[in-house]
Formats: sequence, structure tokens, C-alpha cells
Amino acid sequence: MSEILVLVDHADGSVRKTTAELLTFARRLGTPSAVFIGAGIESARDALRQYGAERVYVVDSPDVGDYLVAPKAEALAQLVQRTGPAAVLLPSNAEGKEIAGRLAIKTASGLITDAVDVTPADGGVAATQSVFAGSYTVNSAVTHGTPIVTIKPNSTTPEAVEGSAVEERVDVTISELAKTARVVERKPREATGRPELTEAAIVVSGGRGTGGNFEPVEQFADTLGAAVGASRAAVDSGWYPHAYQIGQTGKTVSPQLYVATGISGAIQHRAGMQTSKTIVAINKDEEAPIFELVDFGVVGDLHTVLPAATAQVQARKG
Amino acid sequence: MKIVVCAKYVPDATGDRKFNADNTVDRVGVDGVLSELDEYAVEEALQIRDATDGEVVVVTVGPEVARAAVLKSLQMGADSGVHVLDEAIHGSDSAATSLILARAVERQRPDLVLCGMASTDGGMSVVPAMLAERLGLPQVTFASEVVVEDTTVRIRRDGDAATEVIEATTPLILSVTDQCNEPRYPSFKGIMAAKKKPVETLTLGDLGIAADQVGLDAAWTRVDGFTERLPKSAGTVVTDDNGSGADQLVSFLVSQKFV
Repeated sequence: MSEILVLVDHADGSVRKTTAELLTFARRLGTPSAVFIGAGIESARDALRQYGAERVYVVDSPDVGDYLVAPKAEALAQLVQRTGPAAVLLPSNAEGKEIAGRLAIKTASGLITDAVDVTPADGGVAATQSVFAGSYTVNSAVTHGTPIVTIKPNSTTPEAVEGSAVEERVDVTISELAKTARVVERKPREATGRPELTEAAIVVSGGRGTGGNFEPVEQFADTLGAAVGASRAAVDSGWYPHAYQIGQTGKTVSPQLYVATGISGAIQHRAGMQTSKTIVAINKDEEAPIFELVDFGVVGDLHTVLPAATAQVQARKG
Repeated sequence: MKIVVCAKYVPDATGDRKFNADNTVDRVGVDGVLSELDEYAVEEALQIRDATDGEVVVVTVGPEVARAAVLKSLQMGADSGVHVLDEAIHGSDSAATSLILARAVERQRPDLVLCGMASTDGGMSVVPAMLAERLGLPQVTFASEVVVEDTTVRIRRDGDAATEVIEATTPLILSVTDQCNEPRYPSFKGIMAAKKKPVETLTLGDLGIAADQVGLDAAWTRVDGFTERLPKSAGTVVTDDNGSGADQLVSFLVSQKFV
């Protein structure tokens, strides 16, 4: 079986759920090898083994953490050259996509971003993407070089398969050219205690209709164990941080359940949530376009509907 | 400071977007605009120019109609434009696009190359990184805030896990998010002035690129087909009446096993 390289998405060794998803995809394409760049392999080892990594390449050099993207792309390119993998899978986030872009140029390889599925195909891999705000599904393939694919979070259910996770320290050479964009400060995002937005099974989001009061949204989210999101209107008004914005210029989410409250459903917003499996909306305006997308909708005021629903869900949970 | 902005002409996201028979995006038969996210790059360029007494050149790659993206940028205040126009470009993938842009940008010998965070059509977000790779320049990307001091550019990058401050020295590639600024609307004066601003049209030959290096046949990826997502069958919409909305909402969530 041919080797499939998976770039591990982690924060100081704490492996994110997307990595388990990528390893699951990799197993369908060949033999998964995890590429762990940075410090903290001790904390990551078990998760990588548990989701089927047969090999783990560890690149731990201060050069990769102190500079933006370029050293990681160089490290990955050197591994691609050495191992000749059948494909390289990366997470579809800002960093993953930029590493993929550089890797594609370095290795003269075709790049597909934001895939929601990858399958083996004649001599390579085939990918599925959801484009134009989720209005089309596109099937594509890489025709040159080593297929490089970035995959969106929540695109598959991680399958636990014990891998042998044979570990190998890899020395890479990082050029001076790759060390030109320095990270001079790094402040980890404050933990909210809620699931990561792009990984959450349930997302409850608020928009203009919240009037700036996100408390009912957050409380409802917490009873469901959901992540909280916000529309661009809410973020632009300064009501919620940009990191939680859902839409064309924010995060794209595809949870099992998406609850839009006080959000009209402009194309900007749809682009970030249209592929959610089940969509629920609460909005005062019965003409709001969001109702065209819903499985279930309530025409009503979120400030009364959400607290009542929160109380009922809590009562059911006892 | 000499600044080049890479601006893309895209199908208007609020209109109908479709594909051609060869599976490429239809850019000619639909309403098109300067990609909304590139307006932030143009705005940032104008602000940096005004603070440094510089010059802004906007570069667009695309068919005849794509000139509208150059024009809009000039109306906002850019000083001149470059339109790379060549039939052989049709169907180029991100790698080929970055090659064309790299050559077009290089000729300008800029201090700063500015891009939007993503296009609103393909939305790959990879061209700035590819440009940096091709030109051997530092990339400071996804900036929510930009500070330019002499030859040092410092940005705030709001990532998934952390907020970072990134610093590099010009020349470099900079991409900005929609958090960076508020793009201006072209003024009447700006619209009139734009008509007199120079726009250079270049072919692949002018850039030293052979026709078979770019375009659909040279692409490293291939679109095999597409299907339109079926409109969702209409869901149930109820009107809240004194608490009935919450009752029905919770019943729905229970029936779907979310509670």
C-alpha cells in the first residue's frame, strides 16, 4: 500500500479532531503516516496511534515554530521527496492551506482545497468539494505531481484503528529564506469551555436579531453542548469576536445541527453554513431568506423562544 | 513605498453563478465584480500609500470583462493598472495563476504586494502563499491589522488557536482580512479621475510565459464534473404564539435525537 502523509494539526501536542478525520481518510487511500511538526509529540503519540498512523515522522526544530508557514512547507517538501507518498492530506484552515499552497509549488503538484471527501481513483485520488456557497458539488482530481488535498473539518467520522505508529525523528534543513516572517508574539486564544467552532457537532449562532445580547444564544448552546457562532452583522457591530464569525469571510461549519437565531440568511452567511446536515432558524421576520434553508423554523423573538427552549431542554436532561 | 495589489474579477456572489461546458467557472456570461475581499487589499494599499507617499498599481489577470476589477480599484484611488489578458489563460488553476501574477508583479519591483484573504469564487486562499514561494519573498498573511514602519511590516494574525504578531521586512507579500479596514466607496471625483489613469494590457508573451505553461490543459488539477445541490425540500416553519414556538422547537430537537 502506498504511503499517505497527514499533517498533524495540534497545539503543543494536543491533537485536534481534524487529524483523526484526516488519518481516517488516509487509511481509505493507503497507509497513513502522520507528520508531526513542532514540540509535544509525547502528548500526541497516543491519539495518532489510536487513529491508525502506521508511521509518525517527528520534526521538532525551533525554526518551525518561530516563523510563519514557510519552514513547515519546507519540512513537508523534504519528507515528500524522501517518502514519495501517494498523497498529502492537510487540514483546511488558514495555515494548512498556505502550507499546501507552498508545497504545491515546491513539488510541482496539483492542489485541491476544502475537500469534503477523498477517494482512491485511477492513479491518484478524487476529491469532492462544495462550492459557490454550497450550491454546487464539484468532483475533481489531481493530474500532476503528488496529490495535495486540504480537507474540511467534520467531513467524516473518525474511525479508531490501532496503528503501529513507528516513530522516526526527521532532520530537516530550513533555509534562511523560509525564516523571514518572524512570529514575534503568540497569545493562545482564551478557552471558552465550548467545542471548537469548526469541529462542533452542534452550532448555535446569533445575528443582528440578538441586538447585541448573546446570553440567550450562549445559554441555549451550553444546554446542547454546542459551539457558539455569530453572523457578520453581529461581528461588525462589535457584539461577538471575529474568531466566531460564520460565513464567506469567517469560518465554514458543517455540523449535524445548525441553529441560526436572529440571522436573516444573506448569501454571505449561507456560504458558511449551508452544508450543515440539519438547519433550524428562529427569526422575527417570516420573510427572512434563512427560512428557505431550514428543516425547522420558528417565526418568533429569540429573546423569548431561546430561554423557554433552554429551560425545557434542561428539564428533560434532569 | 511602491505597492502592487492583486485584484480578482469574480462572478457576483449575489447573482447566478454557473459553470461553462469545459467545467470552468463562467466569468463572462454572468455579472462580475471586483472580489469583495480584494477591496480590503485596495483600501489598505491606499492607506499605506498615503502614509508613505507611495504609489499603488493594481494587477488583474482575466478575460476582457475583468478590466472592471482594475477600473473599480482605480476609482477607489489606485494610481495605475495592469491587465494580463490572453486567451491561453482560460482555465488556469491556482498554480498557473500564481505564475502569471508572479511575473506581472516582478516587473513592478514593488516594496509591498497586497492581496485579499481569499477570492469570493474559488476561495482557496492559497495564491498569496504561492506568490511568496515563487518570488522568494516573506509572506505575512491574513492580517487583521497592519503596521508599517519604514521597511518593517508588522501584522496581527487571528488564527484558530492563537493570535500572533508577525513581522517581516519589505519587499514582502501581505494579505489582509475583512477586519483590517473599511473599504471606501469610489467618489464622483474618483470615478472621473479613473478614466484618465493608465492601464497597461499585457499578454503572456510580454511576461515571458509560454501559452502551454498555463490554461486548462496545463492545469495540475482537473474538474471532472459538478452537480447542482438540490434545493432543500421545504421544512416546517411555525409561528411562536405565547411559548408554542419553544415547545415545538424542543419537540423537533427531541425527534431528531439532538436532545
